[in-house]
Order: sequence, then C-alpha cells, then structure tokens
Amino acid sequence: MKILVPVKRAIDYNVKVRVKPDNSAVDLTNTKMSINPFCEIAVEEAVRLKEKGVATEIVVVSIGDKACQEQIRTALALGADRGIQIDTDAQLDSLQIAKLLQKVVEEESPELVILGKQSIDSDNNQTGQMLAALTGMPQGTFASEVNVDDGKVNVTREIDGGLQTVQLTLPAVVTTDLRLNEPRYASLPNIMKAKRKPLDVKSAADFGVDLTSHVSVIKVTPPPQREGGIKVADVAELVEKLKNEAKVI
Amino acid sequence: MAILVYAEHDNQHLKSETSKLITAAQKMGGDIHLLVAGENVGDIAQDAAKISGVAKVIVADNNAYAHQLAENIADLVLELGKAYSHILAAATTTGKNFMPRVAALLDVAQISDIIDVESDDTFVRPIYAGNAIATVKTSDAIKVVTVRAAAFDAASAEGSAPIENVETVKLAEKSAFVSESLTESERPELTAADVIISGGRGMQNGENFKLLEGIADKLGAAIGASRAAVDAGFVPNDMQVGQTGKIVAPQLYIAVGISGAIQHLAGMKDSKIIVAINKDEEAPIFQVADYGLVGDLFEVLPELESSL
Repeated sequence: MKILVPVKRAIDYNVKVRVKPDNSAVDLTNTKMSINPFCEIAVEEAVRLKEKGVATEIVVVSIGDKACQEQIRTALALGADRGIQIDTDAQLDSLQIAKLLQKVVEEESPELVILGKQSIDSDNNQTGQMLAALTGMPQGTFASEVNVDDGKVNVTREIDGGLQTVQLTLPAVVTTDLRLNEPRYASLPNIMKAKRKPLDVKSAADFGVDLTSHVSVIKVTPPPQREGGIKVADVAELVEKLKNEAKVI
Repeated sequence: MAILVYAEHDNQHLKSETSKLITAAQKMGGDIHLLVAGENVGDIAQDAAKISGVAKVIVADNNAYAHQLAENIADLVLELGKAYSHILAAATTTGKNFMPRVAALLDVAQISDIIDVESDDTFVRPIYAGNAIATVKTSDAIKVVTVRAAAFDAASAEGSAPIENVETVKLAEKSAFVSESLTESERPELTAADVIISGGRGMQNGENFKLLEGIADKLGAAIGASRAAVDAGFVPNDMQVGQTGKIVAPQLYIAVGISGAIQHLAGMKDSKIIVAINKDEEAPIFQVADYGLVGDLFEVLPELESSL
C-alpha cells in the first residue's frame, strides 16, 4: 500500500524564539530550521510499516518555498521513496494546506496518510483533521500505536483520560503523537542516496485552490515575563512563604 | 447572532472546562446555546442548564455519540452549527479532534486554543510553545474556535436554561470505537486542580512518585509529570503537562525534579505561583519559579510532607 506523509519545515524545537521589534511576527532570519518533530515521527512510522511489508511506497510532500526541499531530503534519507514539493511563498492556513493536500491525495490515491498532530510553530493541530474531512476519510488523531490489518487500521489514541482505540476503514488519516515511535537518525550513505531519489516540484497555483488566508495576524508580542523569584533556604522557609506571603496553601 | 458551545463531559459528569467556555463565549457576545452530545447524558444536561449565561441546552443523546468519535460529532455540530455565528469547543483532545473537521466542512479557518477574546472576530492565542502571543482576526462568517479553558474563569451555576432534544443521528461507517483504557484517580483532574505537584526525570522511577502522593493528599493537589517522566515509563501519558500534554494554570504548581524545558514551560507557566525543587541550581525552571529550593528531592519531599 502507498503511504503519503506531509512534512513541514519548522523552527528547530530547541531554538528560543524572538519576536520582531515591530510585533509583526517571530524573527526567523538565520534561525535553525528542521523537520517538525511530529512529522519526523510520521515519516518513521511510515518507514516501519514499509519494513514490516505493509507499505510498498512512501511519498513525502511539503508545501512551501524551495528551502523545504531540505526537509523532504531528510525524509528521503530516513527511508521515504520520493518527494513532492508544492512551491509557494504564501503564508497558508491549515485550511489551504489541507486543500492542497486533498489534491495530492486525489492524484496519488494513498491508502494511508500520516501527519504530525501539530507543528511546533503555529501549534494549530488542525491539518490532519481538515484533510480527513475534505477527503471523506476517517481519522485517527494523536496516535500512539498504529496497526494495519486487512483493509482496516487500528489506532490507539492519546486522550485526556488515558487511551482510546478506534478502528478505521482504509483509506484513512492518522496523526502522530510523540509516543508513537522514536525516529531513527539518517546515516551518511542514506543521506547520499536520498540526493538521487526523485523530487517533483509543482506550483501551488496550478492546483486550482484559493490560497487566500481567512485569518490575518494583527500583532505578535512576547508573552508576559514572569518576575524573577527568590531562592529559599529550606523547606520550613518554603512552607512559611507559601502560607503567609503567597497564601496558596 | 448566536454562539454554539460544545459541552465537555465524559458521559458521567459535566467537566469544569464547559463553564469556562461559557465565560469565553460571553466575551464574544450573543445568545449562548450549549450542545450536550453523548449517550445517557440526561443528568449532564441538567447540570449544563444551571450554568449562568446559557440561553438553551441542546441535547443529542444517542449511542452514536457515546465515545465522541470525531466523524459523528463533527457531522452533528456541522448540521446544527450552520445557524450560528460562532462555534466553540474546549481545546481538549475531544475538541481538538472534531473541530477542525467542522471548520473544513464549513470551508472556514479554525482559531485554535485561544487565551483571550478581543472582539467577536479577534482572538489571542499562543504560538511557538507559548513563546509568542498572536492576536488574529478571522474574516469567516462562522468563527470556529477552540478555547484554552485554563485561561478563563468558570461561569457561576445559577442559571436555569431550557433543555431541548434533537433527534439527529450521525453515524459514520468508516470508523468504530474498539476500546478505552482510562487512568483511575481519586485526585482532582489535572486541568481543573487548584494545586498541582509534578515530577520529572529527577524522580528516577515510578515508585518514587509515591513521594508526591502524600503531599498531594495534604494539599488536595493533582499529580502531573514532565515528558521525560512519561517517556521513561514512570507514569502514564495523560499526566503529562506541556506543549504536547495538558495546559494547566493552577494557583500553585510545584515542579519537582523538572529541569524546565521550553515544552514543559508551555504547559504551566501561567500558573499563579510556581515552586521549583531541584538539585541543579542552574536548571531553567528556577527562572520562572517564584520560590526555588535547591536540594535533593529525596530529602526535601518527606520533609515537606511532614511540615504541611
């Protein structure tokens, strides 16, 4: 079966972000960028399904400018078979991303689409669900276990009270939680091999999707800073402060 | 203009998030209708009707909604929601699961996890793990919004809204519930607790989390964990506080053996008072802690328990 894995180029998770002085956005110039951690888990899961003989082909797709080819190559080095870059400079919302992915799904007809549950920049947690809705596929979000069997996929989901398992009829959309797997590192030979794997570039404008965003950002500000606290010497002082100064116990 | 609010519940009890959603809805303005979807939710609907500010409770009581499957709930909310200016749900795993489906099917954007309301179309939400705050305006006719309940106060329970049943049954055939394993706890729920004590990698093993229990019992606190503690298998994942776990804002948050990575801070830095207990005095958690105690948690915790 064919698996489609959308991946996003995002700020590296270790970077402390800075808001631009004009409060228009977060400053991304000269910032280390990586494959979004949840997307990396999605790629890893697809590769494992291929290693188990469940999947036959893994296609990765990324939407953005030329720089996101770097993240596609990373996914290819991890074991994906070919890549598609949907070229655009536009700032897209999850809805436009989902609509573009819907077109890719129509072209590629994958039986499983695996996405990260959220990107660590916009923190939206929407794209997988929107794609499932637009394609009429069932969804297994926040997956910590995925088992494909006979035209169905059983997905164990992380929910607020614990875990829930649902059974979906393929084709289906799955979004990954952190505990689904531990992504591997790409080896140097695999990074070299990935350079020769096919990578198609398509223009977002050719897909016939209205790319106008419905949401405008009015301003981006740094969060309120907490005032530096104090160090207490011992437990007695801590309890005294909590009782008499903070009055929280 | 009216607002449809999706009630958060677990088929047994109405959750505290619901009354916080009502507060958020009131800031947008308009009649507030509360939708209770589930199976055997009669009692929950009664409780929902008591929340001040609710004009009407709509009940969809059917086996199709028992496990809150996104496909079924989204279709229900879609059908009812077309008549509203706003559709709101809590940014819990339930709300995050079905709401983007609703938005996509309505062909509108979704605004996720808002922490404030500026006007009926302008909302405030954290991005980059809470390291930046964005104010965004949506041009859509129907605003689909998920709400960070911890950022809003609970509405009081002095109302008496009428209850109306809807017979609509939406049952998608492509997904089915298989099983559930819920973590049992006598303690308050993490997202609703006034006091939380959390353990991290420094707890060393799951057995040592017992050291937190005595303190939690004395303070009426919930017990949380960092991702490191969850990944190491010390405690189940639903105890995780952080960007990828639960977002909490209690009166008092006690972080024990937690270094304070960006992802953890994203889940708790709006707590009123933060206490850090860590043997590493360079740990980033001390930069946000109101009270820091540098020391070995295995000595500090028993002492703290006995002094409460």
